[in-house]
Amino acid sequence: MSLLQVQNAYKFFGGLAAVTDVSFEIEPGEILALIGPNGAGKTTVFNVVNGFYKPSKGRISFKGVDISGMKPHKICKMGMARTFQVVKPLQRMSVLDNVIASAYLRTDSKEKATAIAMETLKFTGLYEDRDVISKGLPLGKRKRLEIARALATQPELLLLDESFAGLNPTELDESIGIIRRIKERGITIMIIEHHMKVIMSISDRIVVINYGQKIAEGTPEEIRANPAVIEAYLGEEQHA
Amino acid sequence: MNRVAIPLAVFGALLALPLIGLSSYTMHILVLVLMWTTIGMAWNLLGGYCGQVSFGHAAYFGVGAYTAGILYFKLQISAWWGIPLSVAVVSVFAFLLGYIVLKLRGPFFALATLASGEVLRITTENMGEFTNGTLGILIQQRTWIEKTWYYYIILAIAALTFVVIRKLVASKWGYYFVAIREDQDAAESLGIDTTRYKTIALVISAILTGICGAFYTNYMGYIDPHIVFALHDISIITIMIVMVGGVATEWGALIGAGIMVLLAEWIRAIPGLGASHQAFFGILLIAIIIFLPNGIVGDLPKITRLFRRARA
Ligand SMILES: Nc1ncnc2c1ncn2[C@@H]1O[C@H](COP(=O)(O)OP(=O)(O)OP(=O)(O)O)[C@@H](O)[C@H]1O
Ligand SMILES: [Mg+2]
Repeated sequence: MSLLQVQNAYKFFGGLAAVTDVSFEIEPGEILALIGPNGAGKTTVFNVVNGFYKPSKGRISFKGVDISGMKPHKICKMGMARTFQVVKPLQRMSVLDNVIASAYLRTDSKEKATAIAMETLKFTGLYEDRDVISKGLPLGKRKRLEIARALATQPELLLLDESFAGLNPTELDESIGIIRRIKERGITIMIIEHHMKVIMSISDRIVVINYGQKIAEGTPEEIRANPAVIEAYLGEEQHA
Repeated sequence: MNRVAIPLAVFGALLALPLIGLSSYTMHILVLVLMWTTIGMAWNLLGGYCGQVSFGHAAYFGVGAYTAGILYFKLQISAWWGIPLSVAVVSVFAFLLGYIVLKLRGPFFALATLASGEVLRITTENMGEFTNGTLGILIQQRTWIEKTWYYYIILAIAALTFVVIRKLVASKWGYYFVAIREDQDAAESLGIDTTRYKTIALVISAILTGICGAFYTNYMGYIDPHIVFALHDISIITIMIVMVGGVATEWGALIGAGIMVLLAEWIRAIPGLGASHQAFFGILLIAIIIFLPNGIVGDLPKITRLFRRARA
C-alpha cells in the first residue's frame, strides 16, 4: 500500500487555481521529487498534504487514513513532518531548544526529549551550534535546523521544501549526505528542489508540475527525456 | 544553585518583613505589590511566554472578585471561600472566552480580549439583584483590622504562583508555549496542538488572576464593576507591570509591581494632579518601550553597562 495518496487535489486562492487535479502516490522508503518552475504550485501541494491548507477538492490519504482537512499537528503526530521553504525557526530559542520542542511530540520526559534532540543534532551536523540562539544562525544552518526539527518528530514521511536553496557547494554536499542517511533510516522523503543535479542524483521518482497541473511523472531518466518537461522546466532553466 | 537560593532568600525576607513592625500604610503597599506581582506573573505566562498579549485580564480579576463578593452578598457565605470557588468559576469563563478569542491572532486577539473585559463590566453592571449593579458589594465585617494576615495570605498566593509558573515554563508545556509565541505555524506543523496549548495557558493565567480578584474582595471589603473590571486600572496596569519589569522573565513582575505601585502612590501624593496621573503612566510606558524594550530585568545587562559608564 502507498504511504501517501493524493487523489485529484485542487487548491484555489480566490480565483487563482494554484493546484489543479493533481494525483500521485508515494511508496514507503522512496525519495519522490516534486519539481516545476517558480510559482508552479509545489509549496501549495505540500501545504495541502500536511494540512496547512484544506484541499478545495480531492482527497489526501496517509497510511490509508483520509487526512484531507485534518489539522497539521494531528497529521504530524501520525508521522508526517515538513520543513518550510521560508524557514521558520523559533527565533529566540536556542538550536537545541528548537529541536527539543519537536522531540516532545513522542515523549513527555525532558530527559528523553533532550536525548532525541541531541541525537538529531549530531545526525544533522548541528551539534556544535546547539547553544546558538537560532536567530543568529546563517541561512545554510537554518535550513538544516528545519530538517533537524522535522526529524525530531520521528516521522515516517518527511517533506522537504527547497532545503538546498541558497547553500554553498560544501553545504550542498553535506545536505545530500544527510538526505541519503535519512533514507537509510527507512524514512520516506518527498522533496521539492530546483537543483537539477541534486534531484537527478537522489530521487527515485519525479513528479513535475507546471501551472498547478501535473505534466509528467517517472524516473529521473524518463523525466530527463520528457519533451513536455524540457519545454516547461528545463527550458526555463536555460533562460535563467 | 542560585535558581533555588535566590527565590528562597526573597521568600524568607518577605516572610520576615512584617516582624520589623511596619506601619499599616506600608503593609498596605506591600500587600498591593504582592497582589500585582501575582497578576503580573499570571499575565506573563500567557502574554510573555505563550505570546498571546491580553488587554483584558480585568475580566478574570473581576470574575474572581465577584465570585467572592456574590458568595457573601447572596449566600451569606464567607467571601474567603471565593478563593477556591473562583478557580472553578474563572476556569469556565476563561475556557469559553478562550474558545472565541484564541481563534484570533496578534492585534485581533488583543482587541478581542479588550472587548471581553468591557463586556463583562457592562454585564455585571446590569445584572441587578445578582451583582447589586453599579452599587457594588460591601463586605460588612472585615476578617481582620490588621494587615498582617492579609499580607501572609497574598504572600502565599504569590509564592505558589511563582513555583507553579517556574515548573510550567521548564516543562513540556513551557516549551510548547514558547514555540507558539515564536511561530504558531511552525509549532502547529511540528505536532503542537496550538489551540489546546493556548487554551491551557489562558486558563491557568486566568485562574491565577481570578484568585487575586477573590483576594481583593476580601482585602478591600468593597468591589464594584468599575473597579474590578477596569480597563486602565487593571488590564493596562497589568501589562505595564510586566513590560516595566521584563516580559518573559521570572522576576519582572515583582520588580514591575514594586515600581508601579510605588509610583502610583507617589504620583497620587502630588496635590492637584487629579486624573492626569494616567498621563504620567502613559509617558512612563512610552519611555520604557523606547529605552528598555525588554524591561528592567530583561535589559539588566544594558542598565549595568550604563551605570558603569556613568561612574567611569
Ligand atoms: N496563501 C496564498 N494566497 C494566495 N495565493 C497564493 C498563496 N500561496 C501561494 N499562492 C499562489 O499560488 C501559486 C503557487 O505558489 P507556490 O508557492 O505553491 O509555488 P511554488 O511552486 O512553491 O513556487 P516556488 O518555486 O517559487 O517556491 C503562486 O501563484 C502563488 O502566488
Ligand atoms: Mg515553493
